[in-house]
Amino acid sequence: MYRYDEFDATMVAERVAQFRGQVARRLSGELTEDQFKPLRLMNGLYLQLHAYMLRVAVPYGTMSSKQMRRLGEVARKYDRGYGHFTTRQNIQYNWPALVDVPDILDDLADVEMHAIQTSGNCIRNVTSDQYAGATAEEIEDPRPYCEMIRQWSTFHPEFSFLPRKFKIAVTAAEHDRAAVKVHDIGLRLYRNDEGETGFEVIVGGGLGRTPYVGHTIRKFLPKKYLLSYLEAILRVYNLEGRRDNMYKARIKILVNSEGAEKFAEMVEDEWAQIKDKDIDLPREEIARINDYFAAPAFEKLSEESAALEEKKAADKDFARWVRANTAAHKAPGYAIVNISLKPIGGIPGDISDVQMEAVADIAEKYSLDEIRATHEQNLVLPHVKKEDLYTVYSALKDADLATANIGMVSDIIACPGLDYCSLANARSIPIAQRISERFADLDSQEELGEIKIKISGCINACGHHHVGHIGILGVDKKGEEFYQVTLGGSGAEDAALGEIAGRGLSSDQVVDAVEKLVGVYRERRQDNERFLDTYRRLGAEPFKEALYEAA
Amino acid sequence: MKLLKLSRGRLLPALEEPLAEVSLDAWRDNPQEHAEATALTISNDTSLADVKCDLHGFSVIILDFPAFKDGRAYSQARLLRERYGYTGEIRARGDVLRDQIFFMARCGFNGFEFSGPNADEASAALEEFSFAYQPAADDASPIWRKRLDRAAAA
Repeated sequence: MYRYDEFDATMVAERVAQFRGQVARRLSGELTEDQFKPLRLMNGLYLQLHAYMLRVAVPYGTMSSKQMRRLGEVARKYDRGYGHFTTRQNIQYNWPALVDVPDILDDLADVEMHAIQTSGNCIRNVTSDQYAGATAEEIEDPRPYCEMIRQWSTFHPEFSFLPRKFKIAVTAAEHDRAAVKVHDIGLRLYRNDEGETGFEVIVGGGLGRTPYVGHTIRKFLPKKYLLSYLEAILRVYNLEGRRDNMYKARIKILVNSEGAEKFAEMVEDEWAQIKDKDIDLPREEIARINDYFAAPAFEKLSEESAALEEKKAADKDFARWVRANTAAHKAPGYAIVNISLKPIGGIPGDISDVQMEAVADIAEKYSLDEIRATHEQNLVLPHVKKEDLYTVYSALKDADLATANIGMVSDIIACPGLDYCSLANARSIPIAQRISERFADLDSQEELGEIKIKISGCINACGHHHVGHIGILGVDKKGEEFYQVTLGGSGAEDAALGEIAGRGLSSDQVVDAVEKLVGVYRERRQDNERFLDTYRRLGAEPFKEALYEAA
Repeated sequence: MKLLKLSRGRLLPALEEPLAEVSLDAWRDNPQEHAEATALTISNDTSLADVKCDLHGFSVIILDFPAFKDGRAYSQARLLRERYGYTGEIRARGDVLRDQIFFMARCGFNGFEFSGPNADEASAALEEFSFAYQPAADDASPIWRKRLDRAAAA
């Protein structure tokens, strides 16, 4: 993975020093909260319902054991012993004291981490495929490009006060785990008919109040032009994006009001004037960054492990976990391991300091020192030998981290909701917990297969409900929490926005409603259809009928 | 408001010389009437590609930050410097605060109608970062070029 050189280290250290000064000016009263707000927001510090919240960047979701260990220490030393992984591969601390934040940032800088641009109307942390560098599906590792974007966008002087926040995701695999079609910019690295690799550039996707699937504005961008093309998009957006209404300020509104074709023309015109102006990295720098992501030295192993097969036969829970939580690795004899942060009845994405240390220890010994965060609020050990799977499973189980439910009905994305967030209309976490408890039985979850439930506590859609196979949106109706159900969404390569099923449901009804929807699927599915496939084949009617049939 | 000017990497208080200002619209309508004007004000919703007039006669171009969050003038300043070759003073007006000055300077601003408190400390904001990751309108060499230079020297 990438390592800081003295330039990177200096930039982060200077950012911490700058922020320490800003906090001191706030604490002394020189800055009012109003004046301090834009400064803290540039550094991931929000004022939430009950306390400050600090969001720490995990660039493209990649961490070392040392970094994970430090994240656990921060949780213990400065917070209440836990952290929360978000849908953007970041981690949030919910209870830091303002006076401690500069020290937290110093502790993070020691392990090459920061909170730069994790909030504010700027280019946010770049996200990617959590299986990058490990899956055989990808044509190359997308993370070097993420790192190039990270550096280019860090303290970009022109793009630090955009109309609104700006999110970029990169994938290099056919199966899209990075949700590139619902980002401000999604980049899909692929090989064209001439055998060259380059990016499909997708712009103007996004969720929130006005959800859109993105438009491809350039089918093929040669890799060497990545940064100048991004600069052209951002410049058009900075100048032309709406600023009169924050709800219409995202780039998706501009792209859709201009029309994708016209928007593409504006970008191409701008790009033509800057493409050879030194914005793009020279070959040597591209090579330098690529070198950090060279594949680790995998041992030469046979694809099958007799030890693994033996353990699977002897321990049916382990066998289930292998089926549910591991994925194919590109190197023979290795597997990708998913760590579910969705224990039955738990809070999606939460992890304790002790668990973070356990993950760090396991990754150090058994995953070539690497850990990934996923946009579905889970973790990944990307490089585990099959012969070590049982040991890894046992260690995860000891840490209460071995729930075998990846992609299943209890692997729910939920925003923090009204339990933490000052924007929320309704609670999300308790709904996720109750659904998870209703479907607790792992046998029946496995039998149901992939069902993606996503819950947002307000229209801002941080829980991605629009792209849930079943989406749940919390709304406030005269002081009471209500929930609107959407059906048929997807954030993957078959991206689609869910359709609203009908009138809102009370908090008491919503778990039953999910059960009814799943019931229709269970009765009517054919062959190996997923919930989403059955929904797409049958249409909304039978699901709506079940949902609203007379009680 | 305090006028600050950038000179050799430092922000210095400047005397407020009287400027004969004209807005772009007024000047386009009747250039003769504004022949004496030395400073041009351009609103931040103006597309510079449509300006189509000679800017070089003005010693100052004033760009607007109606709120610090409204960052359109950052792009306008870069375009004036990098695309239209304007070499006079580009002055920031409006919500011009200490913690934005670093970004403004990188985009080509060299005059600031500073609206925040402690103008005498604003210069420190320019010292907070030793390097820059990306090229802009200033003369900072991006980090990637420093890496190349260092590798070449080694």
